[in-house]
Amino acid sequence: MAVNVYAPHRAKILNINRQTEIDYTFTLEADVKPLNGQFLEVSVPRVGECPISVSDFGEGYLELTIRRVGKVTNFIHDLKVGDSLFIRGPYGKGFPLAAFLGKRLIIAAGGTGLAPVKSVINNFCRNPGDIDKLDLLAGFKTPADVLFKAELQEWSKKFNVQVTVDKGDSSWSGRVGLITNLVKELTIENTDNTRVIIVGPPLMMKFTALEFINKSIPEKNIWFSFERKMCCGIGKCGHCKIDNTYVCLEGPVINYVQAKRLID
Amino acid sequence: MGFQMAKDEFNLLLKKLGKSNRIFAPKLYKGAGKFSDTDLVAYGEINYIDDIIFDTKTSFSAKEIVFPINQTMFYFTEEEYREPAIDERGIIIFLRACDIHAFKRLDAIFLENGPYKDNYYEKLRKKVKFFLMECAESFSSCFCVSMNTNRTEEYSVFVRKENDTVFCQVKDNDFLSVFNHYGMTCKDPVPDFVSDNTIQVKIPSDISEKLYNSSMWDEYNQRCIACGRCNISCPTCSCFTVQDIFYRDNPASGERQRVWAGCLIDGFTEMAGGHGFRQSKGDRMRFKAMHKIYDFRRRFGFDMCVGCGRCDDVCPEYISFPGIINKVYETSTEGGE
Repeated sequence: MAVNVYAPHRAKILNINRQTEIDYTFTLEADVKPLNGQFLEVSVPRVGECPISVSDFGEGYLELTIRRVGKVTNFIHDLKVGDSLFIRGPYGKGFPLAAFLGKRLIIAAGGTGLAPVKSVINNFCRNPGDIDKLDLLAGFKTPADVLFKAELQEWSKKFNVQVTVDKGDSSWSGRVGLITNLVKELTIENTDNTRVIIVGPPLMMKFTALEFINKSIPEKNIWFSFERKMCCGIGKCGHCKIDNTYVCLEGPVINYVQAKRLID
Repeated sequence: MGFQMAKDEFNLLLKKLGKSNRIFAPKLYKGAGKFSDTDLVAYGEINYIDDIIFDTKTSFSAKEIVFPINQTMFYFTEEEYREPAIDERGIIIFLRACDIHAFKRLDAIFLENGPYKDNYYEKLRKKVKFFLMECAESFSSCFCVSMNTNRTEEYSVFVRKENDTVFCQVKDNDFLSVFNHYGMTCKDPVPDFVSDNTIQVKIPSDISEKLYNSSMWDEYNQRCIACGRCNISCPTCSCFTVQDIFYRDNPASGERQRVWAGCLIDGFTEMAGGHGFRQSKGDRMRFKAMHKIYDFRRRFGFDMCVGCGRCDDVCPEYISFPGIINKVYETSTEGGE
């Protein structure tokens, strides 16, 4: 009998980095080689299973940034280094890194949307010669919600990194406002040579894409990463289907030409 | 090859088959109907031919035999897990042409969609042999002819009961060695397939995006109560949700289960944190209709709906699915709206 595709594998927690009050980054010991932008089904036996995007990976480890928003993630946040999570995958289509080579890459990420693109940014951070230029526009609700603070610092040494929050406070000296404002301010000379990744809540993705299209970026040069309920990750359970597209199979990374036609 | 035998002899044959098979057929559940003092006809295991209800459509389809309503995927003991054992016997299902076509739809999702086969479905599905029942005439809510599911050749044995005599056409050689010991051979009985339904539908070959925003869906915002009975009774609805439980007496042990889910039911698209899609019932109805008569076809080349009419039979709001299909056709072809 074939291997059970739903069978999860144990992965030991090597490190927990508390990014914010509700977002923890877990480093897991795992021999899995995902593509940038793929996701895993992560579970705790007897509690439940949920889809989580891979925020980074390397030799023998995986990194998952998990927000505490439900039954499973609440439980996961109580785990300690040395405990285990159960994983299966990776699943879905990742970002087409080859399409970005030699191009200017602009990444617009809202909130936890920064997690699935973190490995893309790190990849080009290690190999800056592979692209022409990289701009990261990251938006968060408040200063307390800013993720990957250390990495943002690191990236800003090599790339144009802009961080904005919806609502600032006395400690915040940075930008306040929507990501779309940051897009408006960008100067993009060679639109054909530019590639765009947009990841975040549905409305943020929609309006950010329109802003880029306003700036004459061809639709085929824009990619979204979708978030959906995905119980199986392998095209069976039906929850993530939009039209005839299964987000778990044809996504979560979907080119805008296709994405704009998807009506929930 | 044709066989004819008395009912009693057919019962002996069933007993013989039953040694290595579980035999499922439409069966009467007295008093179990949805209204008081009414009966339910649904699939269950049978021992005798008189247990089989030949003249009534089952309220629920045969899908639950291979895709149970609630199926344990793993048993957990602390962090160890194992798959449940399954009944090693074969599975014989008595069913009609439309329901055999429905299995082809389930096969497409569970075995062909995506890079992997669904192990749980495959294990049970491999055991299934179809025993065809015929429809002397169409039931009132059927539209199988329009959906091209009124006929089939995909069966092992065709069974017809005429008074106290049973006629069988055995197409599957695996069963010949058993049938050879019962009754006498006869001319192959030929199944009568329905060739005409009262209800007919027209399906547009292509559907334009304007249909998604059509006002035709608004009516269902109020009418549909999101009970999901249409999903549950549908022989081709295949969606499920995975959930874990722990045992109250021993929280260190528990199960991972999958349970049927339905796109009309609240929470179908809801993610952790509460964000969901298709909040209006009209949008959900549109989603289901498109899946059944368009989206699925774009992936697999044939429509998902088999025209069995069970969704209409069970809808407490008397929503007509063939009515929806015909409205989709009119809206798509008139160039209106």
